[in-house]
Amino acid sequence: MSIAEADRTRVWDATSIREDFPILARTVRDGRRLVYLDSAATSQKPRTVLDAERYYYETANAAVHRGAHQLAEEATEAYEGARARIASFVGARADDVVFTRNATEGLNLIAYAFSNATAKSIHGAVLPDGGEQFVLAPGDEIVVTEMEHHANLVPWQEVCAKTGALLRWIPITDEGRLDLDAMKDIIGPRTKVVSFTHQSNLLGTINDVAAVSQAAREVAALVVLDACQSIPHQAVDVSTLDVDAVAWSGHKMLGPTGIGCLWMRPEIADAMSPFITGGSMIETVTMAESTFAAPPTRFEAGVPMVAQAVGLAAACDYLDALGMHEVAAHEHRLTQRTLDGLAAIPGVRVIGPTVNESRGSAVSFVVDGIHPHDLGQVLDDRGVAVRVGHHCAWPTCRRMNVPATTRVSPYLYNDVSDIDAFLSALQDSRKFFGVA
Amino acid sequence: MDVDALYQEIILDHYRNPVGKGLREPFAAQVHHVNPTCGDEIDLRVTLGHDEAGRTIIEDVSYDGQGCSISQASASVLHELLVGQTEADALAIEGAFHEMVSSRGRIEPDEDVLGDAAAFAGVSKYPARVKCALLSWMAFKDALVQAHADGGVAAQSNEADADSGRSR
Ligand SMILES: Cc1ncc(COP(=O)(O)O)c(C=O)c1O
Repeated sequence: MSIAEADRTRVWDATSIREDFPILARTVRDGRRLVYLDSAATSQKPRTVLDAERYYYETANAAVHRGAHQLAEEATEAYEGARARIASFVGARADDVVFTRNATEGLNLIAYAFSNATAKSIHGAVLPDGGEQFVLAPGDEIVVTEMEHHANLVPWQEVCAKTGALLRWIPITDEGRLDLDAMKDIIGPRTKVVSFTHQSNLLGTINDVAAVSQAAREVAALVVLDACQSIPHQAVDVSTLDVDAVAWSGHKMLGPTGIGCLWMRPEIADAMSPFITGGSMIETVTMAESTFAAPPTRFEAGVPMVAQAVGLAAACDYLDALGMHEVAAHEHRLTQRTLDGLAAIPGVRVIGPTVNESRGSAVSFVVDGIHPHDLGQVLDDRGVAVRVGHHCAWPTCRRMNVPATTRVSPYLYNDVSDIDAFLSALQDSRKFFGVA
Repeated sequence: MDVDALYQEIILDHYRNPVGKGLREPFAAQVHHVNPTCGDEIDLRVTLGHDEAGRTIIEDVSYDGQGCSISQASASVLHELLVGQTEADALAIEGAFHEMVSSRGRIEPDEDVLGDAAAFAGVSKYPARVKCALLSWMAFKDALVQAHADGGVAAQSNEADADSGRSR
């Protein structure tokens, strides 16, 4: 019996958890055991998630919110039921969660609310009640941080290019933490939005959300949180975070690809112009113009990703059965093992906090004399899957004075033996490239 | 193991002791190429001349950059192989190299044409590394195009503007 079904015990049983993930049974590169340490890029999926998608297609598949037949009714129930389940996983109301393709799309949805409202206001188009807060004037400021994933940087650069707003960023320290002293000079009276990551995918840093949101509140700026790397790894309750919107992806939290979530405070969502427009998101349509449905429908144009929603709800069940506090505690132990192991190898430097406090399990590092791409190749040859490169945080790499890093990112199905296999393969790599 | 076939001693030698590295003058064109998935970068210049028969000759390829062993060694091998060749022969070698590394292991390298570059045959089994091996070669081809667009051999002088041939 797997742990999802079994009574939970205090001991973390990674072996039986692994049995829930069919892909972890396969071998790679000539029969080697797969040591999957790239979960910050995407997680693997338990059988219950795969089964939930299959069951939906086999029993209830239909286009939701339309059709006068029983299947359409059941598909709609499955979709809206999944929304409620996923919302409860993060302490939200179902109606406040919009389904998107991924976190990238959720962040764009908010960015476009600004550029669309700004463009419309120039031409006198009607905005939703309260929509003026999304209208930007040249000289208004958008604040991000120096540790953002490109998904929370490039969309804001685009907003600036379209509106004349100015992009500013909170710098980071040499240790890879937000420089909260410097923040005081960055967030100011012209700041309209502060958008930042909860947990850095490159450095592993977990940011102090309250400290940033408080500074943003003082100047009445909208607060957006990229929770892509936090919601899969720790208990997050959006209702107690002092932020206006939270974006994350399903595929990093055991769910399918093709679905992400955007939680928004209802008063914010109500005031926002739509992003993608078309079928399903309207209230009335004439040849000349349209009015739009209330959120979340307003932001879900076209036939949505029902099977993925059902799969993601099953992922929430799986995570809740383990308990997010337990997941975080397990990862914390693996992080310590990783940091200790790396500290003991000469020529290795961790990029990001070396203290296991306010830090997640993604650990980036560089090795003297071995380029990350070459290291990743030799690790792969030993069956160890890691990510190398700039991790879609190129400016963060530049700030830390490294062209690229190697990153390990363990998750709930990894255990100490995986970390040790990685460390030993790392030693082999140093011998292979003649730097040991 | 395949990884040993990938990291041939020849490749590691070129990586540790690159041939022709460093940007030199004069040059006909300079380009800057990046591999956006991993951040590897190269600046590459070509210098052109003519032989007695009036054919265009690759007088020099100078380069600087940072990246993995495959991308850096590949630039060194490129310099070694192509400098002194006619443009037509250089392009033929480029074609053979491109074909070999993109072949998923199906094409046996012709050592007579490719020399040390034949050592990159192992790269073709790793689709993610093909771009590393090709970075400098794509830059070289682009630089030739720029050189001709800028007036080719005639544009070659000390006054050549380092930025005029820049491309992304
Ligand atoms: C911090 C962070 N933000 C945003 C993203 C983008 O997620 P997705 O590619 O699923 O849209 C990622 C994914 O790597 C991430 O780690």
